[in-house]
Amino acid sequence: MSATSVLYDVPGPRARLRNNVLTLLSAIVILGIAYLLIKGLGDKGQLAAKLWTPFLQWDVWSGQIFTGLLGTLEAAALAAVLALIFGVVFGLGRLSDQAWIRVPSGAIVEFFRAIPLLLLIFFIQAGVATMSGYTIGVPAFVAVVVGLTLYNGSVLAEIFRAGVLSVPRGQSEAGYSLGLRKSGVMRLILLPQATTAMMPAIVSQMVVLLKDTALGWVIAYEELLNYGLKQIPANFGNLIPSAIVISLVYIAINLVLSYVANRLERRSRRSRRTTATVVTAPAAVGVSGGGGV
Amino acid sequence: MESFFDFSPLVQEFGTILAGFWSTIRLTLMSGLLALILGTILVAMRVSPTPVLRAAGTLYVNILRNTPLTLVLLLCALGLSDTLQLAISTDPGTNYYWWATAGLSAYTAAFVCEALRSGMNTVPVGQAEAARAIGLTFTQTLRLVVLPQAFRSVIAPLGSILIALTKNTTIVIVAGYIEASAVMKQMFDDYGGTLPIFLGFAAGYMVLTLPTGFFFGWLAKRMAVVR
Repeated sequence: MSATSVLYDVPGPRARLRNNVLTLLSAIVILGIAYLLIKGLGDKGQLAAKLWTPFLQWDVWSGQIFTGLLGTLEAAALAAVLALIFGVVFGLGRLSDQAWIRVPSGAIVEFFRAIPLLLLIFFIQAGVATMSGYTIGVPAFVAVVVGLTLYNGSVLAEIFRAGVLSVPRGQSEAGYSLGLRKSGVMRLILLPQATTAMMPAIVSQMVVLLKDTALGWVIAYEELLNYGLKQIPANFGNLIPSAIVISLVYIAINLVLSYVANRLERRSRRSRRTTATVVTAPAAVGVSGGGGV
Repeated sequence: MESFFDFSPLVQEFGTILAGFWSTIRLTLMSGLLALILGTILVAMRVSPTPVLRAAGTLYVNILRNTPLTLVLLLCALGLSDTLQLAISTDPGTNYYWWATAGLSAYTAAFVCEALRSGMNTVPVGQAEAARAIGLTFTQTLRLVVLPQAFRSVIAPLGSILIALTKNTTIVIVAGYIEASAVMKQMFDDYGGTLPIFLGFAAGYMVLTLPTGFFFGWLAKRMAVVR
């Protein structure tokens, strides 16, 4: 505990003793819970070696986990690029002076942010099939990517808008007084400063996007979750060990992304290249802050 | 092609749709409540002066926050309920409802914890120092100075978590509990994937999320601490 904590004063001798006793007690309780969890798994036979050894075989990793991971990363990477483009177009559209651009852009962004992603993915598949008289089947990959693009693109559009708005007004006024036009002010003054401010929020949204590729499970897209919870358990009957291994893979990737986001945030807070304040991911309709659940 | 714009399924299945959304509301409220309780316990751990509790809280939050909700719910339904035969109730519907609620609350609690913690961090250290300087005890400082300010600044983030939770209940479809998105999927299978069905369900979710958003936005603005 640092000396600058809001909650606690710097501990004296009695507080230190009390903290040490608490530490000991909580360590015992937590170890007890961990013991009960592991014992529970063991009693149900989940710790049997034959359930775990598949993860020591190289071909399980190369043939299934990495194949699934590749599916996840492919969908995530393509959706990320498309969502960034979608976000730039509609984020700037919402900032337009022309009402006929601003209002539809706003409506589209708010609509896709307000509805659950799964509804969108179902409709992309079923809607196209019905409209074409069941002649065209949308591949699961396309449905996942389009759904992720529309949803995350809308969130990114709000991040872009907040980023541009977070640049102080004096900056654009100074630009105009130099004789720059609107496009010049946006391109040369606002966007470069806004980009630094919104990088952390964009990277955090990428974590959300990567996690959401797991929705591909519902429409049988062959990604990490599909391999980890359907195909590997089908071969070895080890659903729980497999789920644990797969979640560790997800956690590892997301921790790396979160680490990058934190680094970027610290850097842009220190940076003097921008006058904008760091943007946090805006939440849905009418509420500020939060986001990314 | 004509059936693509056919509104009649929405009228015919109106009762089923309402029942689906009632399940969504039940899931949201129950998991929201449990997540708030669990999240408060977690944040107490994460800001405690005890390193072991802090580490345990951090571990929980980092695991749950970085795992896809789909995986958490599948682990509850396929793993804990089906493989380990841990039944909360003998009735399958009730059993899957509680496992889905458990998964949703466990996942959402990690986000509630982080929202509450960043709320605590918005209270300036000077406030607590001033409280100590006038001789308030630890509980008095917490009750009269720190928590009232922290609570006000977390209203908006908690609102957006509740909205996200409402939308996240759709993923319960993988855990075998029927709510609105499962009803929509069934209607797509029965009547085809028509635009009115999709828009009807989208509107249903908006009816749930928009007022929540406006209410929390209004409350947050009303309760905001002027600094």
